[in-house]
Amino acid sequence: MNDMTPSPGFDVDRIRADFPILRQTVRGKPLVFLDSAASAQKPVAVIEAMKTAMETQYANVHRGLHWMSERTTEAYEAARDAVAALMNAPDRHEIVFVRNSTEALNLVAHSYGRHLLRPGQAVLISAMEHHSNIVPWLMLRDSHGIELRVAPISDAGELDMAAFEALLEDGKVGLVSITHMSNVLGTYTPAERIARIAHAHGAKVMFDGSQAIVHRAVDVQAIDADFYAWTGHKLYGPTGIGVLWARRELLERMPPFLGGGEMISSVSYERATWAAVPHKFEAGTPAILEGIGLKAAIDYVRAIGYPAIAAHEAALTEHALASLSAIEGLRILGAAQDRGGVVSFALDRAHAHDVATLLDRFGIAVRAGHHCAEPLMHRFGLESTARASFGVYTTQAEIDTLATALVRVREFFA
Amino acid sequence: MSGGLDDLRDLYQDVILDHGRHPRHGHRLATFDASAKGDNPMCGDRVEVFVRHAPDGTIAETGFDARGCAISIASADLMAETVTGKRPDDARALFAAFRDLVRTGACPACDAALADPLERLAPLAGVHEYPSRVKCATLPWHALIAALDGAQEASSE
Ligand SMILES: Cc1ncc(COP(=O)(O)O)c(C=O)c1O
Repeated sequence: MNDMTPSPGFDVDRIRADFPILRQTVRGKPLVFLDSAASAQKPVAVIEAMKTAMETQYANVHRGLHWMSERTTEAYEAARDAVAALMNAPDRHEIVFVRNSTEALNLVAHSYGRHLLRPGQAVLISAMEHHSNIVPWLMLRDSHGIELRVAPISDAGELDMAAFEALLEDGKVGLVSITHMSNVLGTYTPAERIARIAHAHGAKVMFDGSQAIVHRAVDVQAIDADFYAWTGHKLYGPTGIGVLWARRELLERMPPFLGGGEMISSVSYERATWAAVPHKFEAGTPAILEGIGLKAAIDYVRAIGYPAIAAHEAALTEHALASLSAIEGLRILGAAQDRGGVVSFALDRAHAHDVATLLDRFGIAVRAGHHCAEPLMHRFGLESTARASFGVYTTQAEIDTLATALVRVREFFA
Repeated sequence: MSGGLDDLRDLYQDVILDHGRHPRHGHRLATFDASAKGDNPMCGDRVEVFVRHAPDGTIAETGFDARGCAISIASADLMAETVTGKRPDDARALFAAFRDLVRTGACPACDAALADPLERLAPLAGVHEYPSRVKCATLPWHALIAALDGAQEASSE
């Protein structure tokens, strides 16, 4: 995956044709969508899969004994198989469907955190987490007496591995929960190494793979992870569905997160017993159509292939770093060796919100703000940045459009 | 690359760029009677407004300490300018009119007595096209009104 040239099979024009929204104009200009890290656009395969399900094959799952319910259950459960294969999970029952990464992280904080961590133990995160991998731990700290530790990062935006290991030394850390790729800096963290060190100190390890799985193949067995969370809408799938993968023995020991239908084995007024995993964690009617859409998204991504996607995005990122860093007064956050398709930047003369509004006038969509990572912004002495992020459909020409527009923006604020 | 920034002049008029970069009132007052903070957690903008009253109760001077975009700084600065000499109730009425202006781009029902200060604030009317930016323009006003009401913190909209 170090090969920077897109594979010959990668035809960005053909890929763009799969995304109807890219034909839209914004303010009279072709849409230049550089905000995929917030949420990616959807290929026609996903749109059609959900539409076809609604038009031809839809009922509630796991409960009806009728034809429609059986077929819908098959389609929905096929999504679980697709997710298991995507992550190389050893067992399809280890795939828990949730709403998004945030819910996956909260599920682990509630269920594992409150029941299998003891007060006095610690959770270790990094200094480049999204709020969704900070706030659940603050809540657990306050409700359950768990200490929260934060492993520092370097100015380049890489995890300080020596400091990370030192924070595990006293053996109090029960769980390490760390991003696999920063949504602000683009940094990939060395997941295998993190898992090895965490395990050597008796801690379990969870990865927030919200960004990572979009750009590269994830193999939970190769990483030797214990938990891995991600969210469907960033992987070209629908909103409202996300994934928590966890080792089966952990899921077996963890109590349910939410109670209700679907998650029980039997219920009386005296007690309820839980369904087997993963259903124990899937209370209520699940996101059926979204599951079907997610499978279509996974099939789409796998048909292009991660090696081709990673090469395409590495080339884009390299091009973006070169062209943006050539702009006077523009500072790029982070300079990690191993990074994915996200570039955050600040202009000396203009606030990130003004930059985003001006870029919008060129039809360019970027995100501006703290990117749900306030502590990380403060780490770099900033309140906000603008961020351009790339997907399978992003072109070098779009990055050139961004660079040219940024030069104009800077002149505007001269 | 044509167009683009030229149409942006309706939002970022010279007055806004100028006051955004070089605010005249962007400082704490050495002595003040009231102050309040405003915070926009969505974007991290923050402002603290300081007010000194004249013996007759009118606003003698307003200053602010702000961190934010050009629109919020310019809005704070033009606010400080236009409320000087006003009675607190007139400042409240001016804010109500200004809020209509930045939300809708116009203020048809506005009191003729406010015509002068509103004309001064008119360069900010362009934000109505950007609903997510309206708060940038109103944040300093919320802090001002909170200070006039004796509150420490502006309640967000
Ligand atoms: C690194 C990271 N973690 C977590 C999330 C939260 O994802 P979601 O909002 O889908 O739960 C995001 C996206 O916003 C992210 O980039």
